[in-house]
Amino acid sequence: MDEINLVEMAKAKPSDKRPYDQNAHDETARIMQICNACRYCEGFCAVFPAMTQSREFDVADTAYLANLCHHCGACYYACQYAPPHEFGVNVPAVLAERRAETYADYAWPRPLGQLFARNGLVVSMAIVAGLAITLGLMLAMIAPHLFWGVHLGEAAFYQVMPHNVMAGIPLVITAFTLLAMGIGAVRFWRDVGAGWPGWQGLTEAISAAGSLKYLGGDNAGDGPGCPVGDDRNSHNRRHAHHLTFYGFMLCFAATSTGTIYHYVFGWQAPYGYFSLPVILGTVGGVMLCWGTAWLWQLKRAMAEEMKSLRHLGMDYAFIWLLFWVSATGLALLALRETGLMGLMLAIHLALVYVLFLVLPYSKFVHSLYRSIALILYSVKR
Amino acid sequence: MYTKNGNTEDILWDVLVIGAGNAGLCAAITAAEAGCSVLVLEAAPPDMRGGNTRHTRNLRATHDAPTDVLIESYSVAEYFDDLMRVTKGVTNQELATLTLEKSAELTRWLGTRGVRFQPALSGTLNLGRTNAFFLGGGRTMLNSLCRHAINCGVEFLYQTPVQEMQLEDGFCEGVLLEDGRRFRAKKTIATSGGFEANLDWLSEGWGNAAQNFLIRGTPYNKGVVLKSLLARGVKSIGDVDQCHAVAIDARAPQFDGGIASRIDAVPFSVVLNKNGERFYDEGEDFWPKRYAIWGRLVAGQPDQIAYAIVDAHGLTRFMPSVFTPIKDDTIAGLAGQLGLDPAKMQATIAGFNKACPEGPIDQQILDGKKTAGLSPNKTNWAAPIASPPFYGFPLRPGITFTYMGVEVNARAQMLMEDGRPAANLYAAGEIMAGNILGQGYLAGIGMTIGSVFGRIAGEEAARALNRGLK
Repeated sequence: MDEINLVEMAKAKPSDKRPYDQNAHDETARIMQICNACRYCEGFCAVFPAMTQSREFDVADTAYLANLCHHCGACYYACQYAPPHEFGVNVPAVLAERRAETYADYAWPRPLGQLFARNGLVVSMAIVAGLAITLGLMLAMIAPHLFWGVHLGEAAFYQVMPHNVMAGIPLVITAFTLLAMGIGAVRFWRDVGAGWPGWQGLTEAISAAGSLKYLGGDNAGDGPGCPVGDDRNSHNRRHAHHLTFYGFMLCFAATSTGTIYHYVFGWQAPYGYFSLPVILGTVGGVMLCWGTAWLWQLKRAMAEEMKSLRHLGMDYAFIWLLFWVSATGLALLALRETGLMGLMLAIHLALVYVLFLVLPYSKFVHSLYRSIALILYSVKR
Repeated sequence: MYTKNGNTEDILWDVLVIGAGNAGLCAAITAAEAGCSVLVLEAAPPDMRGGNTRHTRNLRATHDAPTDVLIESYSVAEYFDDLMRVTKGVTNQELATLTLEKSAELTRWLGTRGVRFQPALSGTLNLGRTNAFFLGGGRTMLNSLCRHAINCGVEFLYQTPVQEMQLEDGFCEGVLLEDGRRFRAKKTIATSGGFEANLDWLSEGWGNAAQNFLIRGTPYNKGVVLKSLLARGVKSIGDVDQCHAVAIDARAPQFDGGIASRIDAVPFSVVLNKNGERFYDEGEDFWPKRYAIWGRLVAGQPDQIAYAIVDAHGLTRFMPSVFTPIKDDTIAGLAGQLGLDPAKMQATIAGFNKACPEGPIDQQILDGKKTAGLSPNKTNWAAPIASPPFYGFPLRPGITFTYMGVEVNARAQMLMEDGRPAANLYAAGEIMAGNILGQGYLAGIGMTIGSVFGRIAGEEAARALNRGLK
């Protein structure tokens, strides 16, 4: 893994070279010691007040601080010790590196943590494989003319793929995903020393996560947003992430409603354009597409020196996977009464399966670890 | 436009500002808002711009009632008393009073130009009553002001160190850069800081000792503009050896170490010189009131070096420092690591420990726990250095900025040696701070002087050009 990264780093521009390719923890500890003696950034976010609670930074401390960081970048533009100063302080970049290191360290089963390092490639290959398997399965189960046929009315989707297969695959995948992420989360929780924050603390943590308070530009929650590209601030990152996250939640709600319709009421998909699952899914899907495309654009605009170049693949892979899951979902909705329904369904299902399968080894885990870090922040306050 | 044909002299700017720190930006913005064309020359590249403003974090401001960024109240009279106490009266009282009075407007003036402050009561240093803290520190403040200045039409040129101020009988005819380019303006405002990064000049006041100084401030303040002005008849103010000098970690960089090179160990330590002897009362007063004298104290010791020694109890009583302290389980071992005579250091520590009073110290108050029979005694927080491991911090004088500068009047005009105001030259910031701060230091007043006089200089330059008068 290191070898590959070094090659990548060597290809980067000289100004992009950073001295901590090998061990982001050591570099994080070094930088936090400088920050702790300065503290000018104490007003920005939770990371700096949290930092002041340590004098020395062990592996658990840096894992905690790295996951508390939202990578907004305000401290980079504020830093009197940022390169070219000889202290070379670059908090957003080193915490991004350290954060990715924790994703790999806490992955279960642990060897699969390696997948984070080449996430773009892994996800692309998974999509190809997923597509091949899904299509293969469909064609094996049904006659080709059914695949290309026009199906209308109740249970139309199940003409091309039986419901118990369509629902059974994600059931197995979700069980695995929940197990893998649960184990990672529990280990992270234990190692960083998180605990019960009290009801008020929990409310604070959930509110900070749900509102992305720390992308707001100050730790009072009413700042001018965070810098994108240069030192100018805006709330774009926050809004793009809100679209993505709440869009995802609406899609989740759509799926849950559909499941209730199917099993409780016995109503079979597809549902009408103005039914609850379709409205939730459509609004959620549009939000997801918009949010992820926007996040991608903002990520690209971010100053190169602030990015963790090694892990851009992971960020982009996750953003694009989410985008295409929702885009194909919307396309399926548009094409479901045509002969292309079978193909769209195959593509959409394949992407959904892949999304859930790679979830524990994707950027998605940031939501878990960041929430735990925010809970711990509430505990420590 | 000033580089199109390579001939920068074609343009006669309304206002030329030298230095893009706090004072320079306040001057440039004020003049530009009044309708002047303004060019700012900055010696540093964009990443390192802004002189010592990069290293600041607050300004001291008077206020009659609590504001969103300052608690309680801080009257001009109290502020004035504080200033008189630290300067021991070495100040121009007219300019000082003007500065303190005008400090009342600063947080609002800066705030409406994009500078954000931390909410009142949230600062680290218990200065919430007197000092307003920039959110993210001085560099964020600079970024906001630069952004605003650009929006007002101010032009910036970076990496343009000035070589010579071309003065004829108190009239500035042009400014010559190191690269040979020359700029002309109707009014020139020098906000180019002091000369702390010029060790040879410091040596004029300090002798060879200056060669052992570390410069905590910006490496770009070499005093070229100041020297050029003084050589051409502008009246100087302040003494060449007066500067803001604190004791910083001897392992800090030669230049630009800033706040993080600070060592807060002194009040809970014994401080030894290279002969293993104590030389000053470490517990004289609270650290924020004493840190600015320790640079001079260390500068007065042999080889300009000292060592603050604490034990395991002492270490937790102050903010961590950027360099890990040197650590050993025994005093003799620590002496060896620091390069001190072990027997001598053991004897000094043992003597100190014996002279300490009984009982725990209370760092929240001047607890009067003083040693008995030492010379000098430690008058507060005297506790034995007895619990291993022991820690040593090597200390050197760290110069933040210098006080000697150009004399100005209340309109920020530079004064010539004969007392007349210069025709078209103004000054603001560190280059004229010595008018108000003859000696000593009051936290945050450097930025206050810079903002207040920057605004005055910008206003006066614009007024003299009949701009901005409605």
